[in-house]
Amino acid sequence: MNLQAVRSIYFFEMARAGRTLLQSLISPVISTSLYFVVFGAAIGSRIQEVEGVSYGAFIVPGLIMLMLLTQSVSNASFGIFFPKFTGTIYEVLSAPISYFEIVLGYVGAAASKSAILGLVILGTANFFVDLHIQHPFMMLLFLLLTAITFSLLGFIIGIWADSFEKLQLVPLLIITPLTFLGGSFYAIDMLPPFWQAVTLANPVVYLVSGFRWSFYGISDVSVVASLVMIGVFLAVSLAVISWIFRTGYRLRP
Amino acid sequence: MSHETPIAPEPTPRTETPAARPSPVIAISGLSKRYDSGFSALKQIDLEIQRGEIFALLGPNGAGKTTLISIICGLVNATGGSVTVDGHDSVTDYRAARAKIGLVPQELTSDAFETVWNTVRFSRGLFGKAPNDTHIERVLKALSLWDKRKNKLITLSGGMKRRVLIAKALAHEPEILFLDEPTAGVDVELRRDMWEVVRELRNSGVTIILTTHYIEEAEEMADRIGVINGGEIVLVREKATLMRQLGSKQLTLHLQTPLASVPPALAHYPLTLAENGNVLVYTYDASEAGDSDHVSISALINEIEAAGIRFKDLHTKQSSLEDIFVNLVRERQ
Ligand SMILES: Nc1ncnc2c1ncn2[C@@H]1O[C@H](COP(=O)(O)OP(=O)(O)OP(=O)(O)O)[C@@H](O)[C@H]1O
Ligand SMILES: [Mg+2]
Repeated sequence: MNLQAVRSIYFFEMARAGRTLLQSLISPVISTSLYFVVFGAAIGSRIQEVEGVSYGAFIVPGLIMLMLLTQSVSNASFGIFFPKFTGTIYEVLSAPISYFEIVLGYVGAAASKSAILGLVILGTANFFVDLHIQHPFMMLLFLLLTAITFSLLGFIIGIWADSFEKLQLVPLLIITPLTFLGGSFYAIDMLPPFWQAVTLANPVVYLVSGFRWSFYGISDVSVVASLVMIGVFLAVSLAVISWIFRTGYRLRP
Repeated sequence: MSHETPIAPEPTPRTETPAARPSPVIAISGLSKRYDSGFSALKQIDLEIQRGEIFALLGPNGAGKTTLISIICGLVNATGGSVTVDGHDSVTDYRAARAKIGLVPQELTSDAFETVWNTVRFSRGLFGKAPNDTHIERVLKALSLWDKRKNKLITLSGGMKRRVLIAKALAHEPEILFLDEPTAGVDVELRRDMWEVVRELRNSGVTIILTTHYIEEAEEMADRIGVINGGEIVLVREKATLMRQLGSKQLTLHLQTPLASVPPALAHYPLTLAENGNVLVYTYDASEAGDSDHVSISALINEIEAAGIRFKDLHTKQSSLEDIFVNLVRERQ
């Protein structure tokens, strides 16, 4: 194991984020605050409580998930797309490191960034609502697993994309709709029965539900189902990545 | 450029005589590459690079130089054949193989917003070496980049960026250095400095493989020269041998009185007239003539005298590597 190399990639990527701290942290924090103002204050004043939790508090886990998903994907996809785009990837590909170590470095950095961001948003939310976390350990587990899984997905997108348009396409067309329809701002049983059934096909629902359970002990689907869903996601992402490296897809002609 | 600071580690003595033929540091056998487009960029390449030599790879645009280097360094997957680097297979034992190699790519690429220092330091870590700021300082000084170490790469000129790429390749103290057209876009003075660095590296035991379009560079720098064309190695030769053997020579005679045509008595020689019959040119292949070329030339001159042709002056010209190269490539097309 070439730990030195993993460390180099990891800290190089983290340093890059450090230089763009403003975009990396401030903008998600601002947009989260806006969500609170709009959804929490404006709409929340009309919806009293959801399953015994104030609406403002109810949307916190969903909001964090929303940010976690989009930021993981964008951090990781950009992190690998950029060296591919500028050509500096040659150095990583010519170095004595395994695929696993490359992924560990890039995805590790992207996941760390978005996990930190998730915690920062949690801190921000604390200003707006009273937060109680019933299962802090499970909360962290969900946070980390989601960050890692979606960073892997972002890594795949970054390798697949051969233009900036494509890099934006998947997040815009798939990730964002799925997260908005993933129960971030509502409980599933607030929907008519037909849409409830449709919603259950959305994997993000399971993530949000499990994450919300770790806060308030309420969930749309069982916690086990949530964990299984993350596990499946993780396994699929890893399988795709190992295929990418085995075949050299988009990396080694 | 400072000359007393070696930028490669532990100087190993170089075997000066190729007679002993030590094991090659890179052995390429039956290497072929067909790109997904269906294009065959390399066709059954066999090549050995000797330890400690400077090997120049010459070839026209699209000959397959970069493809060959990319396969050895792990950037491109080969379609067939194998490469071993110091005995390590470049695919199955890639860690050991790649750890020995430093690569300076043809394309200028850089992390625009990184500083020189950070990017060179990153390269060393990437190759699994513990940080060694003294070494990086030495490399940057040798490449006249020390003053620029805090600059972002985006603020550097093209020639400086090229040197940063060299510094990155040297950061992990490689035993083998690939330079893919290192002097493209580098000014004359800088080019000289760069070759100084390359010589220093060679003297400390580093094997160097370079590609260039400046044939005089290969002529000046290389121990051996390989010519690649259309994905095939068409020739590999010691530079000195190559220069001696392959260059055709020209004997030019300036005549006292112009000739209308070559006299029939001399028809068995490949003679041509030039400059309105004032100059008689004899072209011969030095490699075919071998040691006997003096004999045949004196015979020719005797016959010319006998034919009653008088000349004021004569000179011979040996073709440069460039001529050899151009001839070789033209022949194959
Ligand atoms: N990724 C690729 N896909 C398809 N064809 C390629 C690819 N890379 C290179 N080629 C083709 O392979 C051939 C050899 O290219 P290569 O870059 O090895 O040439 P070269 O000898 O380095 O040329 P130059 O002197 O211009 O650098 C060219 O015809 C090129 O078009
Ligand atoms: Mg090339």
